[in-house]
Amino acid sequence: MDAHIQVKNLNVYYGKQQALKDVNIEIPKNQITVIMGPSGCGKTTLLKTFNRFLELTEGTQLTGEVLVDGKNIYDRDVDVTEVRKVVGLLAQRPAPLPMSIFDNVLYGMNIHRMKKDRREYKDAARHYLEIAGLWDEVQNRLHDPATSLSIGQQQRLCLARGLAVEPEIILGDEPTSALDPISSQNIESRLIELKQQYTTVIVTHTLRQAKRLGDYVIYMYLGEVIEAGPAKEVFNNPQHERTRAYLEGQI
Amino acid sequence: MGFLTKKRWQRRHLVETFMKFIMRVSLFIVAGSLGLILWIVVVRGLPSLSWEMVSQIPKGGYYMGKGGGILNAIIGSLYLAAGGTLLAMIFSVPIAIYLKTYLGDSKWGQYVRLSLDVLWGIPSIVYGAFGFALMISLGMRASLLAGIIILAFIELPIMTRAMDEVIRRMPEDLEHAALALGSTKFEVALRIVTRQMLPGITTAILLGFGRGIGDAASVLFTAGYTDRIPTSLMRPTASLPLAVFFQLSSPYPEVRERGYAAALILTVIVLVVSFSSRWLSARLNKYTVK
Ligand SMILES: Nc1ncnc2c1ncn2[C@@H]1O[C@H](COP(=O)(O)OP(=O)(O)OP(=O)(O)O)[C@@H](O)[C@H]1O
Ligand SMILES: [Mg+2]
Repeated sequence: MDAHIQVKNLNVYYGKQQALKDVNIEIPKNQITVIMGPSGCGKTTLLKTFNRFLELTEGTQLTGEVLVDGKNIYDRDVDVTEVRKVVGLLAQRPAPLPMSIFDNVLYGMNIHRMKKDRREYKDAARHYLEIAGLWDEVQNRLHDPATSLSIGQQQRLCLARGLAVEPEIILGDEPTSALDPISSQNIESRLIELKQQYTTVIVTHTLRQAKRLGDYVIYMYLGEVIEAGPAKEVFNNPQHERTRAYLEGQI
Repeated sequence: MGFLTKKRWQRRHLVETFMKFIMRVSLFIVAGSLGLILWIVVVRGLPSLSWEMVSQIPKGGYYMGKGGGILNAIIGSLYLAAGGTLLAMIFSVPIAIYLKTYLGDSKWGQYVRLSLDVLWGIPSIVYGAFGFALMISLGMRASLLAGIIILAFIELPIMTRAMDEVIRRMPEDLEHAALALGSTKFEVALRIVTRQMLPGITTAILLGFGRGIGDAASVLFTAGYTDRIPTSLMRPTASLPLAVFFQLSSPYPEVRERGYAAALILTVIVLVVSFSSRWLSARLNKYTVK
């Protein structure tokens, strides 16, 4: 397997409480990996270790390694803003920045000074809005506040904004759970379209979504990774009793 | 369809009607008093308002009805309020940020907020007396600088608390969204926090300015009063609220009329400031996330 992310002996503590216990997994390149498991088992926590968001919460402790392309992102010489440029995040609820639709897409490219002139920025904005399937709906209102969009549109804007900084990995923590069915489907199809070019890691609570999206599956329970493997194998022939129980308990 | 008609005499409907009535009466009293105040100031002040009044300093015998104007007080008040607001801003922005970032809702944070609220409630004559006592012990005389300092004291709690409320409403999601794109903390502060907060901070500053420019009691002892336009921070200065006060207490009817004109000028300044702040924050508000 061509692993894009490798997690080695990862332990995470919130204060004294241990949230991840000796996690060792590999996330395959240019596939969609879904993380499943009951509420509170540590899915969000695991995802947050991939873009170093864990350190935004006080009192967290982390041991072990998270390697992206073979480089430990917790090494001293690593620039956290570079990590987050390479590892993008699609949050559970869309959070448009307090600026226009257009400026939202440009924000990341601006801070990383990725383009040369205004024309290039404009073309890039259009390009990423098209990829996110939003261009047709917003081309005539690019300078309206981003908050004037519907929630589903806002989530696609956040996708466009995230892709615009040219990440290699996209993380999604239940990225469709706040959306209506049509918008969820829309986001799902985008993720499937994009998977050839990006390594995608999605946390989901719905088994159906996991089956629709997943190429690779990680099942967690009480802070431990119980089972990880290609989707077909895990869904059709789970090795572990707990995984089987979880899959059967859900419809 | 009788079952759908409102049972007007049911208790809950009576309560609703009564409450609505009370609210309308209160609204009428508030709006009515504002209207009445403006009406009186305009009707009594407008006749004696002239170009001379806003463009000249008092000439000899002004206070007995002779020529001149109150440019000294207009300029003095603008200096005082602008200086006080600037000084208060220099201190309140860091205090508000410190409150949010380091104290938060901790016990100390609550103490600081409580003391600011108490300071807010202290009558301005007390600030004036405090400033006066301080100046005597330092051997200072009434001056523009002393007036600015005391106004800064008065404005500080208002501005800090208003900013504190604004900063506390900053959604964490926004910071996280910007950080997730690879922003540094400074970029988040500069490009996201300020954008989101600017309307609220503008309002806080203008709130302070409004209180500062209208205050008479505190500048009475600290800034003094003079017929000249101040040329240095160490000179005393006139102010509009005191110009109103002195002229209204004059035995000469025409001077009293000019007192109303001075009140009109002060009211116009305050209205211009509050309307432009409304306009400004509506413009800045366009993109903020609710
Ligand atoms: N900020 C925090 N402080 C203390 N404990 C936390 C914090 N965040 C999470 N935890 C704990 O860590 C464990 C894992 O939480 P996490 O949010 O990763 O679960 P999850 O699998 O994402 O759950 P869900 O499916 O409900 O989102 C839980 O027991 C939770 O209570
Ligand atoms: Mg979660």
